[in-house]
Amino acid sequence: MLQLAATFALALAAGLSLASDRVPKPEIVIEKPGQCVEPADVMRRSHMNFLLHQRDLTVHEGIRTPKFSLAGCVECHASTKTGSVLGQGGFCQDCHSYAGVKLDCFECHAAKPQHLSARAKP
Amino acid sequence: MNDDSRRGFLGTVAATLAGIAISPGIRLIELAAARAPEEHASGRVRWGMLIDTAKCATGCTDCVTACNKENGLHDTGRPRTDAQWIRKIDLKDLRSGRQHSAPVMCQHCAEPPCVDVCPTGASFKRADGIVLVDKHTCIGCRYCVMACPYKARSFVHENLTDQLPAVPRGKGTVEACTLCVHKIDRGDGTTACADACKAAGHEAIVFGDLNDPQSEVSRRLREIPSRHLRGDLRLNTGVRYAGV
Repeated sequence: MLQLAATFALALAAGLSLASDRVPKPEIVIEKPGQCVEPADVMRRSHMNFLLHQRDLTVHEGIRTPKFSLAGCVECHASTKTGSVLGQGGFCQDCHSYAGVKLDCFECHAAKPQHLSARAKP
Repeated sequence: MNDDSRRGFLGTVAATLAGIAISPGIRLIELAAARAPEEHASGRVRWGMLIDTAKCATGCTDCVTACNKENGLHDTGRPRTDAQWIRKIDLKDLRSGRQHSAPVMCQHCAEPPCVDVCPTGASFKRADGIVLVDKHTCIGCRYCVMACPYKARSFVHENLTDQLPAVPRGKGTVEACTLCVHKIDRGDGTTACADACKAAGHEAIVFGDLNDPQSEVSRRLREIPSRHLRGDLRLNTGVRYAGV
């Protein structure tokens, strides 16, 4: 019985270690190093709340402060290769894919900065 | 009261007095100047337009083209379902044969029926009179499309790509003329259609603050007779028409 429990524990441990290896951690590339609008750990945990709060202020009251603006995130974090925060190596998408969280901001919002936008004014 | 707090108090009083003293002088400048980014849209302002149909050229679609470009609307080749924020309407008086033309877009009503019928509160009127759709809360039911007497609203039927950063648009939501709200918030004080009309030499569209008696639009409204489209509905539209 004890043997069985030990085997089970071993198998479980192996399974867990496998699970952590199965999905490789995303490699987050910060191409423009410098200070984000909040410390990185705060941004990791709360960026969605900042964006949610900011979007209501912007849409309903016309408050367009650059801090916490989605366009500001894209402006800074878009990849220099693809020009986007989406796709392979995209700052937003890589992490969201890893975490399994649907990223639907960019169904409406531009994932590329203004100067790279296909329909930007000449 | 210690010395520090007395100094603080006197400073506040001085600042208040200075504010009173200069406020009548700077009021006009204050109204004309752009809002700071952190300042919310003010109810003291009501954005609106005057469209002088006598100056609007039949066949000219510069305002429509400019609107499409500014807001990233494009032709998919399926005009029945394409979003349309401005339509050019040709009018003809059957008895006299007089023909003229006018752009029709969201009229930015003071009493907007689209806001009344919206089940989620996505359709709303901003403090400065601009009627908008919060696409985060829009469920695409299209009640507002039905309720609008001006056929001003469009539904986005297809997936979109390459939207402009200033104008987010997406499938499954309703949209309409925003009076170039991103330009207003930036302090441009004009819209793409009004600019294009001016550039074409017609100056049929005058945009401005209806609450400011000094503004160009208010001056023109005082000078020439104008009306609200479907004035019988008493929606108090922000877009006024002359010569219809």
